[in-house]
Amino acid sequence: MGIEKDTVEVAPGVRQIPDTPVFISPVDYLINWARTGSLWPITFGLACCAIEMMATGASHHDLDRFGIIFRASPRQADVLIVAGTVTKKMAPIVRRVYDQMPEPRYVIAMGSCACTGGVFRTYSVVQGCDEFLPVDIYIPGCPPRPEALMYGLRRLQEKIRREVGRWGSWR
Amino acid sequence: MAPKVEIVQRQFGHPEWEEPFVVNMGPQHPSTHGVLRLYLELDGESVVRCDPRIGYLHRGLEKLSENLTYTQAMVLTDRLDYISSAANNVGYCLAVEKLMGLEVPRRARLLRTIVCEMARISSHLLWLATHALDIGAMTVFLYCFRDREWLLDIYEKICGARLTVSYARVGGVRLDFTQEIVDELYRFTEEFPGRITDYETLIDINRIWLKRTKGIAVVPPEKALNMGLTGPSLRGSGIPYDVRKFKPYDAYDEVEFEVPVGKNGDTYDRYRVRMEELRQANRIIRQCLDKLPETEGEPVIAEGAPDLLMPEKKKVPEAAPHPKRGFLIKGAEVPVVPPGEVYVSIEAPKGELGYYIVSDGSGKPWRVRVRAPSFVHISAIPEMIKGHMVADIIAVIGTLDVVLGECDR
Repeated sequence: MGIEKDTVEVAPGVRQIPDTPVFISPVDYLINWARTGSLWPITFGLACCAIEMMATGASHHDLDRFGIIFRASPRQADVLIVAGTVTKKMAPIVRRVYDQMPEPRYVIAMGSCACTGGVFRTYSVVQGCDEFLPVDIYIPGCPPRPEALMYGLRRLQEKIRREVGRWGSWR
Repeated sequence: MAPKVEIVQRQFGHPEWEEPFVVNMGPQHPSTHGVLRLYLELDGESVVRCDPRIGYLHRGLEKLSENLTYTQAMVLTDRLDYISSAANNVGYCLAVEKLMGLEVPRRARLLRTIVCEMARISSHLLWLATHALDIGAMTVFLYCFRDREWLLDIYEKICGARLTVSYARVGGVRLDFTQEIVDELYRFTEEFPGRITDYETLIDINRIWLKRTKGIAVVPPEKALNMGLTGPSLRGSGIPYDVRKFKPYDAYDEVEFEVPVGKNGDTYDRYRVRMEELRQANRIIRQCLDKLPETEGEPVIAEGAPDLLMPEKKKVPEAAPHPKRGFLIKGAEVPVVPPGEVYVSIEAPKGELGYYIVSDGSGKPWRVRVRAPSFVHISAIPEMIKGHMVADIIAVIGTLDVVLGECDR
């Protein structure tokens, strides 16, 4: 096609018309780039993993450098990090928080309890938060180290980068 | 001094009665330290009635431990008060040891004391970080986590885990300290008092901090006793009750430390008590480290301690006729704990943490009951909040230092 003949690829997915400040790129690429750079999780701690989540956001392992800033309201958040054991009493509230988040929204199951129920195979614990939430990333560990959470968030960014056509009125 | 509002609670049927304004706070709220839910009835901006609703983190820990052996159940105690898991382990182990009549070697007792005080420091640092963050001081949060990470790194060198350590064992501890850990701890204790001064410089005489904490949630001594407060929350009211002094366990009888007490029993005094406790914890660690060379080469676990290995799994020759339902593989259990019941309490960072264990002589506890300080402290919130503003609820929750994992169990 003409685009490939007349332009040069300057970055993966971005082409430039030589000697002009004109760049051509799919909208997907632009939107995904913007989304990966500003993932805002909601401050929602459930149990032990919340402490590690706080430690990840605090001074030593700084999450701000990835553009990840914790927001207190679900209406301003993109990511729900399910950090800790989800009990049967808590599950409807977690689901409600997820429902309040605007699209596009992502879910990270942090820790063994959120992934599978962990050691708590009891009458009151939901055996994995994927029973009522569409989970994108699972992070095992009891609790996962901050590095593990950072790795999980990076994997989520990779996943967002591969998305196609998830913008506009997609419903 | 925050203004206290006189509230006339009009009864239903009174001509001036009107529908109370009800606000639900939590369980999804960044400042409720987990999943605490408060049902509030407001008059303007002052709280008329506060009703804590708990149980959002009930995981059935006590019931679960009835189906595990004594050594296995200790792992669950990590998840009670997950900020200071080492102290929980020690409390549980002390209870089982009392039941078995085990004598713990002196070196193990010293190591446990060190680990317990490290847990106290890390718990109080997290308390200071979140309490200050809730009230509006972001900088303290970042500084506290810097030092907490250092402490967690030392934990990692000791036992390989950052948060859920499972370091203590029934009859001693799991591993001895290496020289590297001792050096690192010396460096920490050397540096830490200066760090405490740093935090105090940040908020001690800060005008906003003083306005938000002085005169908020005043608890007189008698009332504090009646409400069942323990730990720093009780000592802030001026009662010098500390399990470490009154009924010393581990190596607390051979170290010197002071029990700081407050005067007015308000939020600021409880803050001062905790800051002083950080210094005392640092002092205890230092003394224990100095005593460690005396016990060089001693075993760190008692002789009659139960085996750490899991019960041996027997192979079942043929699968059960119902493949879908599965089958249980049970190992041979050796009963080591005599029948009886025991209650042991320790001074956890949050307050008095008690374990009540009933044994029927088999390899598993018949009943484990945890007397969690947070559970008692949450019941004190409605009393402490009376007549205060909505914004002061955050200060009250923060000053009681509740952890919901321990409260709901």
